[in-house]
Amino acid sequence: MSNVPSDLKYAKSHEWVHVAGDIATVGITDHAQHELTDIVFVELPSAGRTVKAGESCAVVESVKTASDIYSPVSGEIIEVNKTAVDDPALVNREPFTGGWFYKIKLSDPAELGALLTPDAYKAQIGG
Amino acid sequence: MLKRTPLFAAHQKLGGKLIEFGGWEMPVQYTSITDEHLAVRTAAGIFDISHMGEVTVSGAGAAEFLNRTLTNDIRKLTPGLGQYTLMCNERGGVIDDLYAYCLSQGVYLLIINASRIEADVAWLQAQAAQFSGDLKLTDASHQYAAVAVQGPRVKEFINDCIPGASISAMRVPQATELKKNEIGGFKCGHGGVLVSRTGYTGEDGFEIVGEGPAILAVWETILGKGQPFGIKPCGLGARDTLRTEVCYPLYGHELDEDTTPIEAGVGFFVSLDKSEFNGRSVLADQKANGVKKKCVAFTMAEKCAPPRPHYPIWVNGVKTGEVVSGTQSPSLNNGIGLGYVPPEFAKAGTAIEIEIRGKQFKATVVQKPIYRKPQST
Repeated sequence: MSNVPSDLKYAKSHEWVHVAGDIATVGITDHAQHELTDIVFVELPSAGRTVKAGESCAVVESVKTASDIYSPVSGEIIEVNKTAVDDPALVNREPFTGGWFYKIKLSDPAELGALLTPDAYKAQIGG
Repeated sequence: MLKRTPLFAAHQKLGGKLIEFGGWEMPVQYTSITDEHLAVRTAAGIFDISHMGEVTVSGAGAAEFLNRTLTNDIRKLTPGLGQYTLMCNERGGVIDDLYAYCLSQGVYLLIINASRIEADVAWLQAQAAQFSGDLKLTDASHQYAAVAVQGPRVKEFINDCIPGASISAMRVPQATELKKNEIGGFKCGHGGVLVSRTGYTGEDGFEIVGEGPAILAVWETILGKGQPFGIKPCGLGARDTLRTEVCYPLYGHELDEDTTPIEAGVGFFVSLDKSEFNGRSVLADQKANGVKKKCVAFTMAEKCAPPRPHYPIWVNGVKTGEVVSGTQSPSLNNGIGLGYVPPEFAKAGTAIEIEIRGKQFKATVVQKPIYRKPQST
């Protein structure tokens, strides 16, 4: 059964969001990495780019498939995780910690209300 | 409704992730494509290949019929021998690639691709209708299941799984005495099975064909006896990365009805020194005068996402071709692929570029196979 930490918010498209003030950290869930398996490539947006909630802004490739990652929130990308780019398997090993994708300065914090609670996400993935 | 093999419940029990392939519901992986791939390269793996089709061709005219319909020379096959061969249309385009085995005098077994069973059987029947010799053609695809057990350690336990001497086709005292491309019939628990020393991975191994209950029993036995040797159940994902590393064609990727065996780089299996066969004039012309496109192997020369089918291939700033197979090689930990380019760019060492999501990345044409087994010392 997939790990769903209780201190995060979730998007239906399997991204997680950790909020600290007006900065959010974004990554993909344990369920997502488990479904993808064998992540061999991660492409992240450039720092400074402005993204809208629901916009495709990163790509994760496993041996078999390429998957788009959608930003769960709007704002400006302020930092990306170069360690995950250099070692994509880190996303498989530590999806909620070392394998984070990017930090974003929220332009519309009200969007957070539209994200799933841990329980709602658990229900979605049947866990 | 997708078709299921007799091993379907076994896949579910093992936690296999199921996908659609050629009309069948098949496991793409159980744990991880990379782990399953490496198990086959270093130890052993077992694959369900029950989706593949089986056609039997028999009668006094069978050999002559097959020599008119297939590209390789069937006369090379004595009972107990098999060969890789192709079935072409009049334009030399590939209807299917397959294995043909001679089981006994005048009795042949064709193992064909799952996605091509209907097309192949229709083509064979149309050819048979124009053939005047003694011939019986039977599509036995629904009747047979099959597994492939592959890897360097398979020979250490296969005799415990398929015990005893063969009783038909190639006569051997035990399964490991079969040589590459040989096939023997063995008595086995629930009935007979055919065991051939063949595969689609570039490793030593065996393919075993029989009726559902017999193959289910063989699957369970092999997983049990192979366990101390590190065997893993393997899905179609690893099957695809393994065959791509050794550049074996997959129908629908390297091969289709508008592509000839010469263009695909399997001209070795086209025998021009036999009598007339479908596509011969086109294939003879291409062998003598060259082709307009050629299937090449390449490896990525810079860090990038894995190449995938349909990505454009560029040479010197011009779009010249398309990737047909591509993946991240688990053995080499590098992007690899196969694609078609004009023959002037087919030489090993040629610098090409693969377009991945709108950006071009450096790659190099390499000799086939892309992956070679390290020489044991």
